[in-house]
Amino acid sequence: MAGWKKILRKIDDYRWEIDPSYKPGMQVPGLIYSDEQMLDQIGEEQTPDQVANVAFLPGIVGKSLAMPDIHWGYGFPIGGVAATRMEDGVISPGGVGFDINCGVRLVLTNLTENDVRPRIEKVVNELFHAVPSGLGSEGRIKLKGKEIDKVLRDGARWAIEKGYGEPEDLEFTEENGSMKGADPSRVSERAKKRGTPQLGTLGSGNHFLEVQVVDEIYDESVARAFGVEQTGQVVILIHTGSRGFGHQVCDDYLKTMGKAVRDYGIELPDRQLACAPTKSAEGQDYLAAMACAANYAWTNRQCIMHWAREALAKVFGKSYRDLGMNLTYDVAHNIAKIEEYTINGKKYSLCVHRKGATRAFPAGNPDIPSAYRDVGQPVLIPGDMGRFSYVAVGTEKAMEESFGSTCHGAGRVKSRRAAKKSLSFDEVADELRSKGITFKATSKSALVEEASQAYKDVADVVHVAEGAGISRKVLKARPIGVVKG
Amino acid sequence: MHATMQRFEILDHTADTGIIAYGESLEEVFANAAYGMISIIADAETVNEVVEREISAEAFDQTELLVTWLNELLYLFDAEFLLFSRFDIQGLTEERIRATTYGEKADSSRHNLKTHVKAATYHSLKLEEKEEGFRAQVIFDV
Repeated sequence: MAGWKKILRKIDDYRWEIDPSYKPGMQVPGLIYSDEQMLDQIGEEQTPDQVANVAFLPGIVGKSLAMPDIHWGYGFPIGGVAATRMEDGVISPGGVGFDINCGVRLVLTNLTENDVRPRIEKVVNELFHAVPSGLGSEGRIKLKGKEIDKVLRDGARWAIEKGYGEPEDLEFTEENGSMKGADPSRVSERAKKRGTPQLGTLGSGNHFLEVQVVDEIYDESVARAFGVEQTGQVVILIHTGSRGFGHQVCDDYLKTMGKAVRDYGIELPDRQLACAPTKSAEGQDYLAAMACAANYAWTNRQCIMHWAREALAKVFGKSYRDLGMNLTYDVAHNIAKIEEYTINGKKYSLCVHRKGATRAFPAGNPDIPSAYRDVGQPVLIPGDMGRFSYVAVGTEKAMEESFGSTCHGAGRVKSRRAAKKSLSFDEVADELRSKGITFKATSKSALVEEASQAYKDVADVVHVAEGAGISRKVLKARPIGVVKG
Repeated sequence: MHATMQRFEILDHTADTGIIAYGESLEEVFANAAYGMISIIADAETVNEVVEREISAEAFDQTELLVTWLNELLYLFDAEFLLFSRFDIQGLTEERIRATTYGEKADSSRHNLKTHVKAATYHSLKLEEKEEGFRAQVIFDV
């Protein structure tokens, strides 16, 4: 770390800059949101070097940004945000990641902790059985023939038409759950084949389905606008993405972009940053395929939410409408979006890459649901399974400085292997039980890998984002029931 | 392969996992990289040779070919739930690989399914010839 401290210039308590002179080829400076304490850990991983590498991308504007939950990624750091000019900039599949539109969805209930606690075992079991999870799990949805193309084109709208949810759910999903420009003909047959059996599955790794209790409210009026009335209220949090479909789209286009880099003579410090001009055929094809993967992921979370609603309805003997199970919001945290920003007084159309970063639009933005237009967009920030998750709200500062983006989660500090070496299943299980958390996972190792000790405390991450002004805390919730793939 | 030569070792990264594979020939290093990757997903030594698949793939150069080859195997895991334990590489050039792989359908009761490998990446990718043989380094997104 000692070396990094010399390279990172402290701007204030939450901002650290990397000067373009650090590496010849950087088009813009790098900016890391962090406090002094977290910085030690960030520097250990050579992550600042990745922030500098992203600054090489042709057409990048502002700064190569790293959110406070930044950690080492392949090519782009996780927690990286990069905006490139549409006109003469590039798009990079590595700036979105393999799990395209990995994201989070928050569902309300009108139940309290006192209602749910006595039946939490049953709730967790029902959720575990309702939603296929784990390595290689197959979905309950059987897509026939060309049906997958409809999913890719229409996204969550397809799910609603098939009866998985309510039309108003779409209003509370980023992009209304259906990203424009999705073109299934830009997607390989093997991506479709890989994605078909997995639709409606949670997956494994850090993906989860949690029953949480609102623990503390920081901003009552905004919380109320988001549908949370009081502490003790039970909510459901769903975290998953586009499964093997997205991985295949990313892999296919990394190959396309590898060729494009050579064809267009783009010089990059890391092959994993492969990209093509956004306006080129390769760039447009990737955008069309990425939108398909984004739609797949929104369909996936929509279906999973539907089964979660059914599971609770079954346990409590009431319809999910009577249980008040409305969708608060669904955010994507691995995606590229075309958005407009004003830089030095000039309006630009930009391709904003968010890889492990959440959109955080402020009040008044036309792209957020009308119900939230007076308060701002809900930002959902899941923590690890043993501690808290946060709901925050977007700010004007994020629009000025971070291309409407903030953090997306806790960020790993311990590798999966290191977690398994230092902790046993019994230790992790005992700790969860002592905190009053009921859990069910497909394997013991899946649970150990996700232990709290493997993650930064999300509270620190959210604190830095708030200190820097790029999002504002609204509430925190603690898990009482955890389903892990 | 020398009895003393290790087939592969695991590289540990915070968010991801990688392998370093060894081999006396390029074919062997490609096969050992595949075996190493399968070992991250499951206990590779428990995978029986029940089914076989012909695999052919091409890429711009040999390092890219290594990633392409490994991603072919990941595709077969997701699309057909197949795990492999033996890799017979019949043809390997700068840009092309042709192989027969042997394995079986994954079974959580027998194979100890551990970690989902999303993809082999180009990050810190290396394929090099050393005095003692060939060495490949691949980082996976897990």
